[in-house]
Amino acid sequence: MTKIQAQNVGSPLMNLIKLRGVPILQQLHLEEKLLRTSSDNWCIINDGTDDPTVVMGISGKPAELIEIEPVLQDHMPVIKRFTGGGTVIVDQGTIFVTFICNKDLIPGLQPYPRPIMNWSSILYNEVFRGIGKFSLRENDYVFGDHKFGGNAQSITKNRWIHHTSFLWDYDIKNMAYLKVPKRAPEYRLARGHLDFICCMKDYISRSDFIDGTTKAVGSHFSLNSTQLASIEVPSNAEFTPSTRLLSKQELEAAALSQTDESSA
Amino acid sequence: MACRVLASRAASYLRISVPLRNFSTVPKELKYADTHEWAKVDGESAIIGITDHAQDHLGDVVYVELPEVGATVTQGGSFGAVESVKATSDVNSPVSGKVIEVNEELSNSPGLVNGSPYENGWIIKVEMSNKGELNSLMDSDQYSKFCEEEDAKH
Repeated sequence: MTKIQAQNVGSPLMNLIKLRGVPILQQLHLEEKLLRTSSDNWCIINDGTDDPTVVMGISGKPAELIEIEPVLQDHMPVIKRFTGGGTVIVDQGTIFVTFICNKDLIPGLQPYPRPIMNWSSILYNEVFRGIGKFSLRENDYVFGDHKFGGNAQSITKNRWIHHTSFLWDYDIKNMAYLKVPKRAPEYRLARGHLDFICCMKDYISRSDFIDGTTKAVGSHFSLNSTQLASIEVPSNAEFTPSTRLLSKQELEAAALSQTDESSA
Repeated sequence: MACRVLASRAASYLRISVPLRNFSTVPKELKYADTHEWAKVDGESAIIGITDHAQDHLGDVVYVELPEVGATVTQGGSFGAVESVKATSDVNSPVSGKVIEVNEELSNSPGLVNGSPYENGWIIKVEMSNKGELNSLMDSDQYSKFCEEEDAKH
C-alpha cells in the first residue's frame, strides 16, 4: 500500500480504491467481503462497469421488477445484491461510489439508515456545490426533482455500507428492461423512467465528479490510496458472498409466474 | 425531573413497561441485547425479536430475511436481517442455540415488526444451548438506560 498525501493529518483513515470498468458482480463481492471481514474504512469508486446488468436489492422479486421476456431474450444478466433498496440497470455510463465504515468512524452518527443517508448528502453537497439544485430527496440524489443517484445500505453489528450508483449517462433502450416499481418514492408521482431520471453528464464531467468526490472525502478523512490487488483481509476470515447472479431457470420460473398472474 | 422519577418508580411498582424518553416501550419481563434485540424465556426456549427502539430507528420494515428451522445461532451472531428504507440491517441472536420456529407471518406482513415488535412481530424461537447466557443480557431498566445514553451521544 502507498500512502497518498494525507490531506487531513490526524483524521481517521479511509482507504481509497479507484477502479475503472470493473464488473459490477466483482465490485459487489469485494464490497460484501470488506463489510463482513475487514475492520478498516473503505471508499471505492468504480468508473463504469463493463456490461449492462440489472441489479436488484436483497428482497427484489424479478416478476415484479423486470420485464423478464426481453431480459431472457437479450441474455441480460440479473444480480441480486446484499443491500436493500430498488432495482437499477448499470453499464459503462454508471459511476459507483461506496463507503464501508466502522460504526464509530463519524462522531455523533447513529448507525441507522436515515442518519447514514443524511451524512452522505452532506458529503455530496460539497461535491455538487454550485452545480444544479442538488439535494437528497427521500432516499435519492436529485437535481430538482429528477433522480440521478440511487442509494442502498447494509448495516451490521459494528459496520455499515452505503453505496450509490450515479447515472452519469444511460442508454434509453436499457430502461425498457425495468418495470415501474410498486414501492416508489412519493416525489416520483407515477412518472415513467425517462421522466423521472436525469443524466449527471448534463451537469458535470466524469473526471470533475470523481475528482470532486475524492476531494470531499479527503476533507473529512485521511486518504490512503490502495490498489485492488493489495487488499488484505484476515486469512482466517470465512466468507461466502450472498450477492449472486440469478440463473436462467430462476428467471424462467419468474416469467411463468408473471404469465400466470396476468392470465388469472 | 422529580415527576419523571416518580413515574418511573410507579411503573416499576406496578410492573408495567417503562417508556423511554422517545416513548419506545420496554417490557419488564424481557431480556435485552446491546444490539437492540429482546429475548422472552419460554422454558428451555427463547422467543426473539427486535425492540421498539430498534424498529423506530429503522423505519418501515418491508422485508424480513428469516433463517432456516434447524439453523444454529450464536450469542451476538447474526441470524437474519430486516430491510427498511434502502437498508438491510442484521438481526443478532441474544442467545446461542438451535432455531426451532420462525415467524412465517413476517413473509407476508413484515410490518408486524413495526406495529407489534414484542408480540406478533417476533422473529425466531430458539432452543437455548446455554441458559447462563441470559445473565449477560440487560433487564428492562438497564436497557432503557442504555438506549437513553446511546441516543444522548448522537
